[in-house]
Amino acid sequence: MATEAAHGAETADHGTGLVFHPMDQFMVKPLFGDGPVGWFTITNVTLWMAICVLAISALMVLGTSRRAIIPSRSQSVAELAYGFIYKMVEDVTGKDGLKYFPYIMTLFMFIVFSNFLGLIPMSFTTTSHIAVTFVLAILVFVGITVLGFVKHGAHFLGLFWVTSAPLALRPILAVIEIVSYFVRPVSHSIRLAGNIMAGHAVLKVFAGFAAIAAVSPISVVAITAIYGLEVLVAFVQAYVFTILTCVYLKDALHPAH
Amino acid sequence: MEGELANLGQFIGAGLAGFGSGLAALGVGNVAANFLAGALRNPSAAASQTATLFIGIAFAEALGIFSFLVALLLMFAV
Repeated sequence: MATEAAHGAETADHGTGLVFHPMDQFMVKPLFGDGPVGWFTITNVTLWMAICVLAISALMVLGTSRRAIIPSRSQSVAELAYGFIYKMVEDVTGKDGLKYFPYIMTLFMFIVFSNFLGLIPMSFTTTSHIAVTFVLAILVFVGITVLGFVKHGAHFLGLFWVTSAPLALRPILAVIEIVSYFVRPVSHSIRLAGNIMAGHAVLKVFAGFAAIAAVSPISVVAITAIYGLEVLVAFVQAYVFTILTCVYLKDALHPAH
Repeated sequence: MEGELANLGQFIGAGLAGFGSGLAALGVGNVAANFLAGALRNPSAAASQTATLFIGIAFAEALGIFSFLVALLLMFAV
């Protein structure tokens, strides 16, 4: 199969005796044909991102299309999601951060739907790839930095000059603050991608044990337990990505130091 | 370097990176335990700090994920 060829000189069982490799589920494969993955190839990533967008539209647009006073179930869920993120943005960034609510809502809905769609067996999780989460995080970082400079000009650099510390310490603290500012997109992206990829890889590893008759009952119980954990992680990681975006936005809108 | 020595290094490195995950578990437990202690002391203020709790847990857990990432990189990407 083409996937095995992609692993170089390894044999079909990857030299480990397993029929499938736990990391095979993360391979990006073209949907049609077997060619190389170029810039505009339709891959399984494209398919699952499209499914994510359709699912979000089905919930938010179709669900609320009736605009009933007594909401239906979908309208209720859509309103709950909207209210949850609206309250979060308002609490963390204040009233003037609400201008950026559409962006933050888009981020949250995309990540939470991608994570949950990845829990369907035999599906593909787009947010488990550092390529996807890095783009999300770098756009947040660049956008918020540009926003900070546009709103405050050079005073935005006051973010790094900690006035609550003794004067002698401030240059060292400034260096530390600048480094930790630039590490933000790195940790922001790796946190989401790492959590989701780790969860799915663990599920696959336990699924491999189910082939061995002696441990297969334990393996099935373990898969169920870890699946429950993954449902929680899917939601919590989307929430954490979003609330950290709000915190960084608050830093840009009101540089505290 | 290639060959058996590199494979040995990969496996030992990946195993040692497991310590990072254990330490991350300690860190997350620390955050959650302190939140619980504070919440039981002042329940009405606890609801307003759940956001801080999740942010704290996320930061502590992220570093554990970094060490898991190192283990995966050593095993499958070297």
